[in-house]
Amino acid sequence: MVAVKETVEQVRALDVDQYKYGFSTELEVDKAPKGLSEDIVRFISAKKGEPEWMLEWRLDAYRRWLTMTEPNWARVSYPKIDFNDSYYYAAPKMNASPKSLDEVDPAILDAYKKLGIPLREQEILAGVQTSKIAVDAVFDSVSVVTTFKEELKKVGVIFCSISDAIKEHPELVRKYLGSVVPVTDNYYATLNCAVFTDGSFVYIPEGVRCPMELSTYFRINEKNTGQFERTLIIAEKGSYVSYLEGCTAPQRDENQLHAAVVELVTMDDAEIKYSTVQNWYPGDSEGKGGIYNFVTKRGDCRGANSKISWTQVETGSAITWKYPSCILRGDGSRGEFYSIAVSNGMQQVDSGTKMIHLGKNTTSRIISKGISAGRSQNTYRGQVSAHKKATNARNFTNCDSLLIGETCGAHTVPYLESKNSSAMFEHEATTSKISEDQLFYCRQRGLSAEEATALIVNGFVKDVLQQLPMEFAVEAQKLISISLEGSVG
Amino acid sequence: MTIITPIRTQAEAAYISQFPAFEAGLTTRDPAGLKLRRAAFERFVALGLPHRRIEPYHYTDVRALLREVAGPAVHAKHTVALPEMAVLPSALSALEAFKIVLVNGVLDRARSDLGRLPEGVKVHEEAEPAVDGGLADDPMIALNTAFMTGRVVITIEAGIKLDTPLHLQSMIGGAAVAVYPRVTLEVGKGAAVTLVESHFGPDGVAYQNNSLVEIVAGDDAKIDLVRVNAHGKAAADFSTLAVTLGASNVFNAHSFVTGGALSRHQVFLRLEGEHSVVTLSGAMLLNARQHADTTLVVDHAVPNCQSREHFAHVLDGEATGVFQGKIIVRPLAQKTDGKMMSRAVVLTDGATMNNKPELEIFADDVQCGHGATVGALDEDLLFYLQARGLPKTEAEALMLQAFAGEAVAMIAHDGVREALDGAIDAWLKERA
Repeated sequence: MVAVKETVEQVRALDVDQYKYGFSTELEVDKAPKGLSEDIVRFISAKKGEPEWMLEWRLDAYRRWLTMTEPNWARVSYPKIDFNDSYYYAAPKMNASPKSLDEVDPAILDAYKKLGIPLREQEILAGVQTSKIAVDAVFDSVSVVTTFKEELKKVGVIFCSISDAIKEHPELVRKYLGSVVPVTDNYYATLNCAVFTDGSFVYIPEGVRCPMELSTYFRINEKNTGQFERTLIIAEKGSYVSYLEGCTAPQRDENQLHAAVVELVTMDDAEIKYSTVQNWYPGDSEGKGGIYNFVTKRGDCRGANSKISWTQVETGSAITWKYPSCILRGDGSRGEFYSIAVSNGMQQVDSGTKMIHLGKNTTSRIISKGISAGRSQNTYRGQVSAHKKATNARNFTNCDSLLIGETCGAHTVPYLESKNSSAMFEHEATTSKISEDQLFYCRQRGLSAEEATALIVNGFVKDVLQQLPMEFAVEAQKLISISLEGSVG
Repeated sequence: MTIITPIRTQAEAAYISQFPAFEAGLTTRDPAGLKLRRAAFERFVALGLPHRRIEPYHYTDVRALLREVAGPAVHAKHTVALPEMAVLPSALSALEAFKIVLVNGVLDRARSDLGRLPEGVKVHEEAEPAVDGGLADDPMIALNTAFMTGRVVITIEAGIKLDTPLHLQSMIGGAAVAVYPRVTLEVGKGAAVTLVESHFGPDGVAYQNNSLVEIVAGDDAKIDLVRVNAHGKAAADFSTLAVTLGASNVFNAHSFVTGGALSRHQVFLRLEGEHSVVTLSGAMLLNARQHADTTLVVDHAVPNCQSREHFAHVLDGEATGVFQGKIIVRPLAQKTDGKMMSRAVVLTDGATMNNKPELEIFADDVQCGHGATVGALDEDLLFYLQARGLPKTEAEALMLQAFAGEAVAMIAHDGVREALDGAIDAWLKERA
């Protein structure tokens, strides 16, 4: 396994507290005043040049948010967040809407270059990059550039930032925004409704198989800012899209808030494959700094035989609170959730999924692999439910946890609710440490403890890695090894 | 999230209004005990009945399910005549055992075998609770502490090994009453005992049972506990088993439920000595609109212990089964071996099964796992049996017998196990 060798080398080259993407970019920024109020919501809406209905929608959400209380059921603890102590809008100063990459601040382009994100189409076409991926690059509160827009347009695919979509495709946005995650769904989702700044919008028309992978790269750069992105993907009848998402942030001593909402809709026979590699700054080994990641992701399989598949590799963030879910409404629809959650240092992860079986013959599959090291706490929390009418619903859940070291914790909290006699649910979970026998076997063959651990861990998460698109899988494998750095021996 | 407690329900108001008179009517005036009762009552007033926003009661919303509460049975204890009672389930009547009989929550010496107890076994009564169970945040346990009507203390002296089981028969009868028995079982070092608890009362009477059984085991003790819930069809049953184990214990507990409209059996088991082996099992056979909840918390506080759980639910009609099982492995509890299994057969579309098996693990050198399945009876197996000439109902009964029997098979005592196999048969016959 070549990748394993690479990961091990990568691990060696790094110190415990080194986070590869921890650099920050010096830029002139356009910021909203600090704090949160109706005026800030109006400010964001005005900055984005939004229509009146959008502002009303935001204000309504904000007023509702004021009446809500922060959820405390997750197994994460953090000091109370002062929502008035951060900036809700920060955008690099630049032309209102750059026509081409030449108009974008070179410092930003440089940042993406450092992150290894291809933004120049000609480079990609010239074969500098091996495969073709369309990227929407979101920097703090704004989308900087979206590549391959024109080429995608030819087949009818709309791929743009959500701010552009509000202006250019208001009928689609109005129809679907908030239809999967309602405005009042939860505290963080409601906050996001009020203050979201950018994100991606994807529309795949009937019968189209999206010709390339679509991706969004989120970067938090500014100090003290919160990032609130909003992604909406609609796959019409018989269409298919694979969408990737990546995130990083600079290394800072204070905590930053990230509260995103992602909504997916699939019609008859459509399929969305959504992959995430989440690598926000996790804080240092003493738990100082890091991103608070409160994310609501939900897919609605509205049509018959539609499919939504979530794959996530979670290695970053000081706190992760994230439950990508599927509402299996259409008969014969299928939901999948594949997750690797790695926690090290003082990270706290509370993640899982919900599979809500409403339609007949719906199926779902959950594979969750949690790896805890250091002094971290890693929780899987998931719900599988079958409605009375969900005849022949099927679910298989497998949650495995691996503990490395005696100061970390691994927890499993599944909820299985069946109201239908023909529904069949199977759940299994195990928790153990890396087997001494396996370690011994590897070391006997000349691998160091760290190499052996990396090899075994890679084997442990293989089921999930296989679900990721190729390029991502290699990246994810490296990431896992780096995240576990310093946890062995 | 702040939990906003809405206005008092009828049942809450009833509990609160009953207490002053109950307290005034207590004949013993032990200040420590009274203080405990008062504190528990005040806690209940503060907490109210548990509801679905309280995580341990997520699937059993007592606030919504418990409508009316009968008065405490303390003053009526000697006025109940036996014929009014439901008789002991026939399956258990043949069981050879030493009887300890509670009538409406109070020890009935005349009906018990106290005179012929074997050497080293003692039964006596205490008027007041000794402790509040250490489970202060549970409103149902607080109610038991506040309204407790005498505590039966069973002591097995060190080294005494009993072959014949003790049979605690808790019968409730007369008009609709609420009873709050408490039993303390103290098992000395190296002793061995089988305790069968059977709870029963008349059908059609909306009485309530709120019982607490505390077990404290010395090192090397072996305890087999079997709880049979054969309550009447309109009864509400809230029971708690609080167990603290020493070193090298063998502890088996089984819960068998066929009775009660609303029942919740919760087990809090703490392993405080190394090398103990715990097996918890249960079979729940439910129909009509019965709701039965089993909640377990197995707390591994020390290394080198083993725990096994196996629970089987059969759900017919519009019944609801709830299984919540939590295995906690504390940081020091290395080499813990824990396995939990919950299986449920849902026979109709009206029935519901809610499963929540949980692992909470803070030590790395452990082997822990849980499994949960929910489904219908296997069509292929049914077809196989029918192809061999069995009518469908019989084929189903045969499969259900095997399904529930698997959990009952974990009971060590032959006589008790056979009795409960008989009880499964009786339930299946009634169903057919």
